[in-house]
Amino acid sequence: MSPAVSTSSEATETAATGDVSSATASAAASAAAVAEASGPQTITMAKALNTAMADAMEADSSVLVFGEDVGRLGGVFRITDGLMATFGEQRCFDTPLAESGIVGMAVGMAMNGMRPVIEMQFDAFAYPAFEQIVSHVAKMHNRTRGTVKLPMVIRVPYAGGIGGVEHHCDSSESYYAHTAGLKVYTPATVADGYRMLREAIDSDDPVMFMEPKKLYWSKDQVDLDALRAEHAAHVSAGSSSEGRAAVARQGTDATLIAYGPSVPTALAAAAAAAEEGRSLEVIDVRSIVPFDDETVSASVRKTGRAVVIAEAHGFASVSSEIVARVQERCFHYLAAPIRRVTGFDVPYPAPKLEHYYLPSVDRILDAVDDLQWEN
Amino acid sequence: MTISADHKEQGLADARPDEMDENEQASEVRRKFGISVEDYMLPARHQIQMVDPSGALNPQGEQGAEPGHEYPIPGDTELMAAYEQLVVGRRVNDQNSALVRQGRMAVYPSSHGQEACQVAAALCLREGDWLFPTYRDAVAVMSRGVDPVEAMTIFRGDWHGGYDPAKHKVGIQCTPLTTQLLHAVGVAHAAKLRGEDTVVLAMCGDGATSEGDFHEALNFAAVFHLPVIFFVQNNKYAISVPLSHQSVAPSLAHKAVGYGMAGERVDGNDLVALLAVLDRAVKLAREGSGPLLVEAHTYRMQAHTNADDATRYREDSEVAAWMAKDPITRMTAYLGGRGLLDDEGSARIAAKAEGVATQLREGLGEEVPVDPQNLFRYVFSKPTPQLKEQSALLADELAREASSQKEAGK
Ligand SMILES: Cc1ncc(C[n+]2csc(CCOP(=O)(O)OP(=O)(O)O)c2C)c(N)n1
Ligand SMILES: [Mg+2]
Repeated sequence: MSPAVSTSSEATETAATGDVSSATASAAASAAAVAEASGPQTITMAKALNTAMADAMEADSSVLVFGEDVGRLGGVFRITDGLMATFGEQRCFDTPLAESGIVGMAVGMAMNGMRPVIEMQFDAFAYPAFEQIVSHVAKMHNRTRGTVKLPMVIRVPYAGGIGGVEHHCDSSESYYAHTAGLKVYTPATVADGYRMLREAIDSDDPVMFMEPKKLYWSKDQVDLDALRAEHAAHVSAGSSSEGRAAVARQGTDATLIAYGPSVPTALAAAAAAAEEGRSLEVIDVRSIVPFDDETVSASVRKTGRAVVIAEAHGFASVSSEIVARVQERCFHYLAAPIRRVTGFDVPYPAPKLEHYYLPSVDRILDAVDDLQWEN
Repeated sequence: MTISADHKEQGLADARPDEMDENEQASEVRRKFGISVEDYMLPARHQIQMVDPSGALNPQGEQGAEPGHEYPIPGDTELMAAYEQLVVGRRVNDQNSALVRQGRMAVYPSSHGQEACQVAAALCLREGDWLFPTYRDAVAVMSRGVDPVEAMTIFRGDWHGGYDPAKHKVGIQCTPLTTQLLHAVGVAHAAKLRGEDTVVLAMCGDGATSEGDFHEALNFAAVFHLPVIFFVQNNKYAISVPLSHQSVAPSLAHKAVGYGMAGERVDGNDLVALLAVLDRAVKLAREGSGPLLVEAHTYRMQAHTNADDATRYREDSEVAAWMAKDPITRMTAYLGGRGLLDDEGSARIAAKAEGVATQLREGLGEEVPVDPQNLFRYVFSKPTPQLKEQSALLADELAREASSQKEAGK
């Protein structure tokens, strides 16, 4: 797997890009280079994603990784660290700086037998590729009546909370979720980083893989070998957790519905509420498209109250879609209108202002308090 | 599916084998063509034209060729096969326009006047090569062997694509300008990684060269040294906008040098020259010379589509001048003069063209029932729960409609 690399020179290079805090990026890099021992170990989501790509490339020579700075540097977030060294420059390589070119070339490669896994350097820098994504990635299968499949993954580091400058913190998932023909995944846990990226790469349909960049450096105890075994079992059984939401925390009084970067915030809110004697269930949506109505509705029917949490602007967004779906399915079980805690409808703010914008534990608890609790 | 070599041992410092530095490329060009790399990449000073509008063969020294830009005349068999497609192509264009007028097809962007480009683009490729056409390139698609009726499905209005791209190695006729050029690059890249010698020809119009994807595709193809031929049909207009509003480059072919690839200009109404230039481009690309840009000078004889009114932006006299440069009359005169085409041959080809026209009339005249459930069938490999719900909703709606119609009929 990915060899240990010296991180010092790379930290300098990252600093030179001016894109992200180099300290955090290099922390992720050193974490990504931790030992390979089997059994449970503490790793970052960065490492889980990196391992997922490495395992997929090992398993199938048609899996290719390319994008901007993903080769020698290993990506500005180091998610592709070591892949070029391990698999060669034909299978992991840097492209010219052209996002439409990256996506469009991936379409052609997928048409011709490859499974490209491509990286958009940042959420807002994927916009030049929007036409390719919407007009071709999403529509090719339908246009050709299923004769052309595009098994490709577009990885997008997204959302804020990292003190990033403008164009580095957009929550762009709603644009893609609104587009028929795209699957949209977003992991919130380290284990799901591995699990869901493997599933995305296995998918015969194109997947927008939205990686919450503030969770790249989140750590958890995971057993990579167990995850590998789980993946292998799913492949041989033709089953998986694909398209399913997860109950991240059990509860009885109200349901917090969150995804990606908002899941840890929702969990923190639920922990705080528990101290006040309120039992909140937390649903991690995981797959925005397809959406797991079953799991979400079951939870809301059980608790009778719901708050949807998302970093993206609330207007015409994934969060509004979730509220609409829950209302359509659970109206008679609801004790109160569904509340939302989302980003304000303003351009993503500058670093010193982002904490006003982001959904916070307090704002979530306030919304929960508003759910018309009698007595 | 495997990628030929095992690259795991390859160190980071190793350059890609195809990544030649400037001097290497220059000496390669000098060795192969005896000219400087700039002279190789810049188009010849004049467009390549072999047969003049009257059908006479230009004298050897007046065909536009230069050292390193030499084009032998294609063989008689190739010329005759191409001529046959040319006549069929014209018949297809005119038949389709008639079908639009009769309301049997929604729209048809005709390549009337550009048929020589259409035919050459298809015939220069061999089996296993790929073609990426635009909305205007139906004749090229059919010349690659796609069933004419399947090719026209897109314009009849029952689905957004009518043929299987993988089976024919022909992309679906693409509407978002130049987006298909990147798909061509990707197909070529995948083939190259597997060690296959596939060549890909990607088409676009003059106006489309202003699009960002045009630039990105040429640059990617050049940087990754891929066997892609970018074939631009310069028909002088993008709907109403003349080329002078798109670019002030000396020619569109000159853009090649900026990407580090070779460009050439050719008379787009001279089938002989087109075949010569594209055959050589395909040969060079297959040999590993990287991508090439070929600009064909032609003219859109009709309006952009049937929905357009060309009299609002161009003079009839301009159109009339191009009438005299028609690719078919020129080729007929040339082949007749060479004794390759007699009355019998002409009659046989005309009958073939008529056969295709009949096929189109019958195929597109037929009322083909559409299946509303197809709306949901192909969005994903497996329909999502949401699509299943929506498909059930529509099915229910249609069932109720059918039963109430039955009631009413009683
Ligand atoms: C991205 C995009 N922008 C605009 C259009 C609308 N449009 C269709 S054809 C056309 C003109 C293209 O001209 P040109 O490239 O010269 O090709 P021609 O139609 O002359 O063959 C335009 C503007 C489009 N299809 N795609
Ligand atoms: Mg044009």
